[in-house]
Amino acid sequence: MRLITSLIRRTVGRLSAGRRSRLAAPLVLLLGLLITGGMYAALSPASATKAADEDQVAKGRALFLVGCASCHGKNAEGITTVKGGQYGPPLVGVGAAAVDFQVGTGRMPLAQPGDQALRKAPVYDQDEIEALSAFVASLGPGPAIPEKSEYDYSKVSNEEMVRGGEFFRTNCTACHNFAGAGGALPRGRFAPSLNGVSAKHMYEAMLTGPQQMPVFSDQVLTPEDKLQIISYLKKNEATPAYGGFTLGSLGPVSEGLFAWLVGIGVLVGFAVWIAANPARSTRKKPTA
Amino acid sequence: MSRTESVARTNGTKASKAAKPNKVGAAAEWADDRLGLATLAKKNLRKVFPDHWSFMLGEIALWSFIVLLLTGVFLTLWFRPSMVEVVYDGSYSQLRGIKMSEAYASSLHLSFDVRGGLLMRQMHHWAAMVFIAAMMVHLLRVFFTGAFRKPRELNWVIGSLLLLLGTLEGFTGYSLPDDLLSGTGIRAADGFMKSMPVVGTYMSFFLFGGEFPGDSIIPRLYTIHVLLIPGILLALIGAHMLLLVYHKHTQWPGPGRTEQNVVGYPMLPVYMAKAGGFFFVVFGVLGLMGALLTINPVWRFGPYNPAEVTAGSQPDWYMGWPDGALRIMPNWETHLWNNWTLSWNVFLPIIVLPGLMFTIVMMLPFLEQWITGDKREHHLLERPRNAPSRTGLMVALMTFYAILWMAGGNDILAIKLKLSINQITYFNRAAVFIGPVIAFFITRRWCISLQRADNDKLLHGLESGVIMRDAQGGYTEKHIPLPVDKAYTLTARARDEVYVPDSEADENGVNAPGARLNKLRSRFSRLWYGDNIQKPTKAELEEGHHHAELEEAHDAPLEGHAADGHQFDGRHDIEDEHLSRQHD
Repeated sequence: MRLITSLIRRTVGRLSAGRRSRLAAPLVLLLGLLITGGMYAALSPASATKAADEDQVAKGRALFLVGCASCHGKNAEGITTVKGGQYGPPLVGVGAAAVDFQVGTGRMPLAQPGDQALRKAPVYDQDEIEALSAFVASLGPGPAIPEKSEYDYSKVSNEEMVRGGEFFRTNCTACHNFAGAGGALPRGRFAPSLNGVSAKHMYEAMLTGPQQMPVFSDQVLTPEDKLQIISYLKKNEATPAYGGFTLGSLGPVSEGLFAWLVGIGVLVGFAVWIAANPARSTRKKPTA
Repeated sequence: MSRTESVARTNGTKASKAAKPNKVGAAAEWADDRLGLATLAKKNLRKVFPDHWSFMLGEIALWSFIVLLLTGVFLTLWFRPSMVEVVYDGSYSQLRGIKMSEAYASSLHLSFDVRGGLLMRQMHHWAAMVFIAAMMVHLLRVFFTGAFRKPRELNWVIGSLLLLLGTLEGFTGYSLPDDLLSGTGIRAADGFMKSMPVVGTYMSFFLFGGEFPGDSIIPRLYTIHVLLIPGILLALIGAHMLLLVYHKHTQWPGPGRTEQNVVGYPMLPVYMAKAGGFFFVVFGVLGLMGALLTINPVWRFGPYNPAEVTAGSQPDWYMGWPDGALRIMPNWETHLWNNWTLSWNVFLPIIVLPGLMFTIVMMLPFLEQWITGDKREHHLLERPRNAPSRTGLMVALMTFYAILWMAGGNDILAIKLKLSINQITYFNRAAVFIGPVIAFFITRRWCISLQRADNDKLLHGLESGVIMRDAQGGYTEKHIPLPVDKAYTLTARARDEVYVPDSEADENGVNAPGARLNKLRSRFSRLWYGDNIQKPTKAELEEGHHHAELEEAHDAPLEGHAADGHQFDGRHDIEDEHLSRQHD
């Protein structure tokens, strides 16, 4: 014990003796920088550039300059209009997931300005989408593209799927409608239909909140909740329409339309037919 | 053969017996001896009804009501009107393990685990939609043809009550399954009630047995839905039909048809077959709709939860128009002494407006009667064109209804037609006032033009499209004289008489009682009838015929000259005629 104390004392004493040396301050600074840098490299979010992705980022940047920069700015800093509105929003920090959703569902690049970007056939192929995602992710930390295990709903139990339905009715039906058929929002905007949307894109939409949609971060809806919602929607897609033709699953408005057009239309047609046939057995009409 | 035998087989001391009747006759006689049906049947089985397709619209409502009764009874066997909380463990896996009311659980059970249950549910719902739609189409037919006039005003009132009760019955049925949609409907109804000043809150607490939602609303609505309203509906339908038999059916004017007779076919066998057959048609169409078209998929909505709501929450179509009024109403509220809130934004569109509109519809016959002063009995129908103001008034009401309908489906219109929901709302706010006025004047002028066209037909005949050229080079069009029966039908209507009040004051200068009201009435009467085109007078018709004779005399020299195509001038039999081929 005495030996250790004396050793420490001697070492500290020796170091202390050199603390007024001219080299001491730069040395401590260097050490501090090295530790900070090292810690950052080891512990920073995964979206920071990795050396292997640099080719991807360069490729994405080249695509971005051609296809996206006219609205979002050359460095994705966004472009404001004269009136102060957004011509194209800044993309720094939106993350790879946002790019994968917007470009992967064909919403970006926009075909034309409008109230809302419309879903269409994607313009870029999978490699290009990955490159664009890598480039935008390199601009600042943001949500990454989810791993397949995060949205793979094949192993979700029935109980969890039912729970997903509860989450869906609480958080989603107000805009997307009870069957995910979509609904109206103010000023020409709308919540799109969820039918036929891939599990990955649903996950990304909840994570990034595209267009009018709020962000459902992992603190609001945990990754398990998200997966359960997806599994509920996919279960509905796989379930046959028990009642027959669904009339768009839009609620009572389309039902009313069919009651009048099909119900009253067909029955009045029959009434005309019954009244047009005279009571006598001869079908030939008397000549006027 | 003796003399007696030529008259009767026996002339014994005992009374002769009738021959033994066949089995059906025996049964009928047995019944008649006890119930006295023969006298009733003798008269009514031969009762005559006129034939026209538009007379069968009310029948659609009647038959769909029968379908409602039949399918409704089936549903009551499984549906449990209870708000007790249960855990669902039926076949539908998306909801298994969820807590819900017993009403919703039994609706799911009925849909998925009872054989034919879903078909019955869907048929019941489609039949309800068609029932009310048919009542409305029937109402329009009765109004447009003037069938509501004396002596049928009270039947009009009964019919309006049927429409109102049918609507309420539909709403209570919509609320029973206790899914997210019906619960949202009940929540809305709770709000409507609470918007009534002073009494609203008390009424809401009375109906719900406390604060919304409580646990008594579903059983209460169930009793109203399966007992109270159907009972009243049945009674009113009975009264409606008895009055129909008593008044006899109206008919279209035509040769041989007068205000005193009914021309048509007898009840048995013709209408028994036609109406009976139509019942099966209605049943079949509703069955097909129930089998093929999804209606109210309660399993997709999930159980009611006051914290949830879904896009596309709408009432069924017959409540769509007050919902539309609610959607376009500006958000007006008054706060009295910072303590009392008057919600005009809810109270006006959903409580005041439907009450007002229903009163107007119910009073329409009396309103028209007061304006026209027409107290005669009418059994011959009027074509809509011959009552331009009446037709215009109903088209204006229909336009009002349709615009509110549009407003009620504004979100669906917005997403399906890619419009802005705000712009739809602004448009409807203006259109609901302007549209009916425009519709009234367009319809009225349209009817008056059609009246003119009728008079042209009567005075000049039908245009043949054949142009004749005479020796002097003049051109005339040949007219085909109107067949006599058609001319009769067109003229079988009374002239409109604008009401002229008696002189306001008698010779002593004393005002007649009610003079001011009479003046108002005569002003309305002028507006109502003033621009109508009256049928031609006898003198005008004779002049028209004379003119036609002159025309024929003028055309006579042209007869026999081969002007190709002129043989089809409508005055000749064209059986063997054909265009010559000399031109090619």
